[in-house]
Amino acid sequence: MAFLDLSHLEKSFGATRVVKDFDLSIEKGEFVSFLGPSGCGKTTVLRMVAGFEKPTTGTIRIDGRDVTRLKPNQRNIGMVFQAYALFPNLTVAQNVGFGPKVAGMAKAEIGERVEEMLKLIGLPDLGDRFPWQLSGGQQQRVALARALAVRPQVLLLDEPLSALDAKIRVSLREEIRALQKELGITTIFVTHDQEEALSMSDRVVVMHEGKAAQVGSPFEIYTWPKTRFVASFVGTLNLLEGEVIDAGRMRLDGIEVPVARGLDGRGTGEPVTVALRPEAVSLGLNGSGLAGTVESVAFLGAVVRTRVKLGRQTITLDSFNQTATRPPEPGAPVRLMFGADDLLVLGED
Amino acid sequence: MRGRLWSIAVVLIGALYFFLPLIGMFEFSLRMKRGVYSFEAYRVVLGDPHFQQTFGYSVVLALLTIVLGVLIVVPTAYWIRLRLPSIRPVVEFVTLLPLVIPPIVIVFGYIRIYNTSSWLPLTGSWLGTNLLILFGYATLSLPYMYRAVDTGLRTIDVATLTEAAQSLGAGWGRILATVILPNVFVSVLSGAFLTFAIVIGEYVFAALLNLDTFGPYMVWMGSNRAYEPSALAVIAFAITWACMALIQLLTHFSTFAKARR
Ligand SMILES: Nc1ncnc2c1ncn2[C@@H]1O[C@H](COP(=O)(O)OP(=O)(O)OP(=O)(O)O)[C@@H](O)[C@H]1O
Ligand SMILES: [Mg+2]
Repeated sequence: MAFLDLSHLEKSFGATRVVKDFDLSIEKGEFVSFLGPSGCGKTTVLRMVAGFEKPTTGTIRIDGRDVTRLKPNQRNIGMVFQAYALFPNLTVAQNVGFGPKVAGMAKAEIGERVEEMLKLIGLPDLGDRFPWQLSGGQQQRVALARALAVRPQVLLLDEPLSALDAKIRVSLREEIRALQKELGITTIFVTHDQEEALSMSDRVVVMHEGKAAQVGSPFEIYTWPKTRFVASFVGTLNLLEGEVIDAGRMRLDGIEVPVARGLDGRGTGEPVTVALRPEAVSLGLNGSGLAGTVESVAFLGAVVRTRVKLGRQTITLDSFNQTATRPPEPGAPVRLMFGADDLLVLGED
Repeated sequence: MRGRLWSIAVVLIGALYFFLPLIGMFEFSLRMKRGVYSFEAYRVVLGDPHFQQTFGYSVVLALLTIVLGVLIVVPTAYWIRLRLPSIRPVVEFVTLLPLVIPPIVIVFGYIRIYNTSSWLPLTGSWLGTNLLILFGYATLSLPYMYRAVDTGLRTIDVATLTEAAQSLGAGWGRILATVILPNVFVSVLSGAFLTFAIVIGEYVFAALLNLDTFGPYMVWMGSNRAYEPSALAVIAFAITWACMALIQLLTHFSTFAKARR
């Protein structure tokens, strides 16, 4: 049985159902991200795990124990907030020692634990400072140490990096991940930044309107999005509309293209959405392939991003910036080529 | 230029109106000994055992009022900010009532409800009467105490700090004592000094409940002596002003500390 088990979680505020039939099993030591747009219910699920919200229905189990009805202070969960939420009247050391003190640990032991935690987050000398004397990144690290000081069974982080600037965000996310691996602590990380989710996690839960749209490894989520929503939210996939011909072919703007997988069981003439990764498409000036017109060309350093108009649709494609071949001019006629494997048939949201 | 002259004139007239009686009173309080200025009246007042006794009594009452006020107001204001923000206007209105309803009405109400032939005869015993006046004073201090604490709570993120403490295992008592109270301490103090100033000079409650506090003593002095009442009045003024100055000082220091945040 999984270490953290959420089954059939539902949450309504008044008449609006904010979380719907949410199932998730997390293994011990796993790092799972909740990724989704604002208002999709990420925080609400996290707060139910922490005990700050009561689920309307469903159960939450940690290590086999049903904690659904337990109060937040009985759950042994560490929580890190977007706004740091350090106690302003206490020093860094007192903040970190708060949990152990509540737990009734002896003074000497608390001191040791605080020292260990401050060393862990790389701020061993800042114990006597007050929160307002620290930078945002330092404050968030202290908040992390404070959450970890009670040796929680589960660590919950709600957009912990959103208030920081870009550079610190990247370095801190690597630190958090390294720390999590070192401690082997089961972690849920909430974010609306796909890069953050994909780079840090063992598994990503893409959330959409209170439901888990797809659960999988970052590679799976990025490479094989299951629904239109996941495809459009994660990465920069092209979404193309067409209709089914048979199990191996579809029609895109009047042109017949082969599709390797995903069309079984769909009726002829049925509308279908496929996704196409920009780096899977290559560009030719003549010969075979779909005929289109270059709309715009953008240099992104090593990569050139070209937008090609193909009938009613626009396809974005990325190619390496090679000095030997000049990129096409806008308005030039081109041919687009991709394999039957690269067309991902998407399900409904 | 003309407008400036006018405003200076107005301030001057206002200051004269306010300070002349005070100066007059002070001057008068120094004339107990014929022909020379002296602090004789102050010496007599401060040496009067009755003064010491009533003043000490009032100080103890004031301190107890502050403790009671903090115990009532801090958890209430906290809970309303945290869980019942919608009823805040109602509570604010209720806490303002003591400013609108004259103390004499309140104390008559008390005496009617808690007299010796009632179901809870508080006025019948020494302890009961003291409890009653304590509750009365806590009521009088509500408008100042509640506002001060509520303003203090506004400067911290009550909800998130509470949740952070909860996730670390803390219960309500600990959250109030170690997270909330220390962070609104300066506000509590400024409410406390106002309460102190009010309770020290309070007359109506004490007189009608027949308690020998500083307020009735001042009145008794006023109707029986010549110089000493002036000295007393100056002392009472000094206490009030000291309280005000302390509030100013505290607010100054707390805004200073926040600016550095
Ligand atoms: N206490 C509440 N009362 C009523 N509605 C709420 C409450 N908390 C959240 N909601 C609603 O639930 C929905 C989901 O909120 P939630 O905070 O879980 O979103 P989120 O995915 O964390 O978004 P964000 O990325 O903006 O933090 C929102 O529409 C929000 O308005
Ligand atoms: Mg959120």
